[in-house]
Amino acid sequence: MKGSKPMNRRRLTLLTTPVLAAAMLAACGGTTQGEDDGGGPAGGASADPNADFETGLTYAMLPKSVNNPYFEASSAGAEAAVNALGGEFEYTGPSDASASSQVSYIDTLSQQATDVLLLSANDPNALCSSLEQARAGGTVVVTFDSDVDPACRDLFVSQVDSAEVGLALLEMAAEQIDATGEIAILSATANATNQNAWIDVMEAELESNTSYADMELVDVVYGDDEDEKSFSETQGLLQAHPDLKAIISPTTVGIAAAARYLSGSEYKGQVALTGLGTPNQMREFVQDGTVTEFALWDPTALGELAAYTGAAAASGIITGAEGEVFTAGDLGEYTVGADGVVTLGPPTRFNADNIDDFDF
Amino acid sequence: MSDDARLGEARPSERESTGKPPARALPAGPAGDAGLRLREAARALATWDFGVVAVTVGFLVVASMTVEHFGTARNAGYIILDLAPILLLALTMTLIVTTGEIDLSVASTVGLTSAAMGVMWNGGMALETIMPVAVLLGAALGAVNGLFVTGFGLPSLAVTIGTLALYRGLAYVLLGDTAVADWPRLFTGWTLGRIGDSAIPNVLVPMAVLAVICGVLLHATPVGRSIYAAGANPIAASYAGIAVGRLKFWLYVASGAMAGLVGVLWTLRYSSARADNAAGLELTVIAVVLLGGVSIFGGKGALPGVLAAVVLLVSVQNALRLAHVSTEALTVVTGSLLIVAVLAPNALGALRTALRRRRTTATGRTA
Repeated sequence: MKGSKPMNRRRLTLLTTPVLAAAMLAACGGTTQGEDDGGGPAGGASADPNADFETGLTYAMLPKSVNNPYFEASSAGAEAAVNALGGEFEYTGPSDASASSQVSYIDTLSQQATDVLLLSANDPNALCSSLEQARAGGTVVVTFDSDVDPACRDLFVSQVDSAEVGLALLEMAAEQIDATGEIAILSATANATNQNAWIDVMEAELESNTSYADMELVDVVYGDDEDEKSFSETQGLLQAHPDLKAIISPTTVGIAAAARYLSGSEYKGQVALTGLGTPNQMREFVQDGTVTEFALWDPTALGELAAYTGAAAASGIITGAEGEVFTAGDLGEYTVGADGVVTLGPPTRFNADNIDDFDF
Repeated sequence: MSDDARLGEARPSERESTGKPPARALPAGPAGDAGLRLREAARALATWDFGVVAVTVGFLVVASMTVEHFGTARNAGYIILDLAPILLLALTMTLIVTTGEIDLSVASTVGLTSAAMGVMWNGGMALETIMPVAVLLGAALGAVNGLFVTGFGLPSLAVTIGTLALYRGLAYVLLGDTAVADWPRLFTGWTLGRIGDSAIPNVLVPMAVLAVICGVLLHATPVGRSIYAAGANPIAASYAGIAVGRLKFWLYVASGAMAGLVGVLWTLRYSSARADNAAGLELTVIAVVLLGGVSIFGGKGALPGVLAAVVLLVSVQNALRLAHVSTEALTVVTGSLLIVAVLAPNALGALRTALRRRRTTATGRTA
């Protein structure tokens, strides 16, 4: 016991010295929010809309995480496009959807001097410095599905425009209930950016569009993108609103849970269910009559468009400036929008007639 | 509980292989002198951490020759950036595991300090103030662990599993799903930058300084000897006048402060304060500490082995990525490495004991 006291004091000094040094630094004024010096690379090249797609380019698709059916589908689309363009394709990425693990993959790809990087970002900012280095080395960075800060990439291929999703959801619900009666929304989390944007569009449309005058939005509940919670929220909705005619669930987790509840309940076929879901998870509910029609963008087409967009940028056909036009194979002609955004188009609707054509 | 279990054990074989070559003088006749010295040298070379260093160097050489882009200065820079948080956390983790305890909350502490930095930054505080406050916060979070483990005598495994969840939860309370990303480029640039025109990343400097401090502390000071003693036999250590509880408490504070520092570096490197920063990293840190030859039961281990293990793990992952190996294979390889890390020292120890027994009977000398 005797020997330990001075020992601890020395340890304490050792521990506190760096802290004190830093605190002294702090006393000399500070860098606070809003003082940033900004920066980032700026594009200066000019586009040649008549150029041909270059062949022999290397493409790498980096999803949020691998082993995710959604991104497997995107990868299939991108690979088909790359094969058509005569390039080399690689699908690589982390097994966990974290920003920091994507950074290592971006660093690796930029060392391999990949010509085109197709990226679905796990964080809008954390990847920026790695992307800057990749771009400095000549890699064209195209984000798809989930964007980064526009300053850090060349183009973003957006799956849909939020207004179009909101409108399509409402239209499907209206068609299924003859535009009359109570409707409710089963969303993801209360602060989910995408879902809230779509809900805003639906609310505004319900108020302003006279063809929806007989429809009333009675409730918005949140299943937090958890299967169990979405399931019990559906149950709660039906009990609280006996006259409910339709449920709109703009999230793939929510719609699947709601469909499972409905298909085993007395409300099957009585209460309409629509929203955003994947054909594979909804197939049985379409076949058993629980669900008539739902929608989602086609991730395969999204990957295909991302690959063509990257190819067009790497070939100098586009630079990412607003108004530039390029042709994306069978998908047709696309125009670059503001902030270098290319939008895939309206969501694809799935029903008994076409659901077997899709596998994702 | 684990203390009692260890009471009766003398554990001579473990004490002997603390990574340092045994210093005891052996009785030897003039004839067997040279052979014995050779054998002593061979035994020093056969320690686990020397093995890890050798494997690491071997791997780096082979990978540089066979994997395209691996042996470049730029790639070395990336490897150093990637291993920085693991290495820093492994330094203090080595000290804690050597005392026979564990700290599973380090990655959650990184997340919580990162989230707290985001809140302070949004609140308009200066970054020069936020950084030391974050380190102090980390130290305070470590002190909570230390208090529960030493003050209330609770098992560190249980305590730090609790704070692993608690600190991560608090981080989500602070920032939710949002990220604070508008960090000044002056600072974020430094964490990614290189020294002058060289390929050496700036972060190597604090890393080297802290590694030297921890190395000297563990291997060349009375504190270090107390750490080994506390881990090998806490009861004996306290009879020998070592304040085992206080020693462990301060090690938890140091571990927390280190996690706070990593929180600062992580936030600035990725330019993103998020509640999920460094999620799951504690397992990697503990893995490299074990791979580096530190015994999970305490009392045994050395820092050079741990440092080599960090380099080995991160370079293997880097090389596999460069070689276009799929993520699934990468996880399998990493997992296998760790199983080897846990199995091999035991197998090696058993082999060594068997060899020694044979040698003793052969020369007719008793130990």
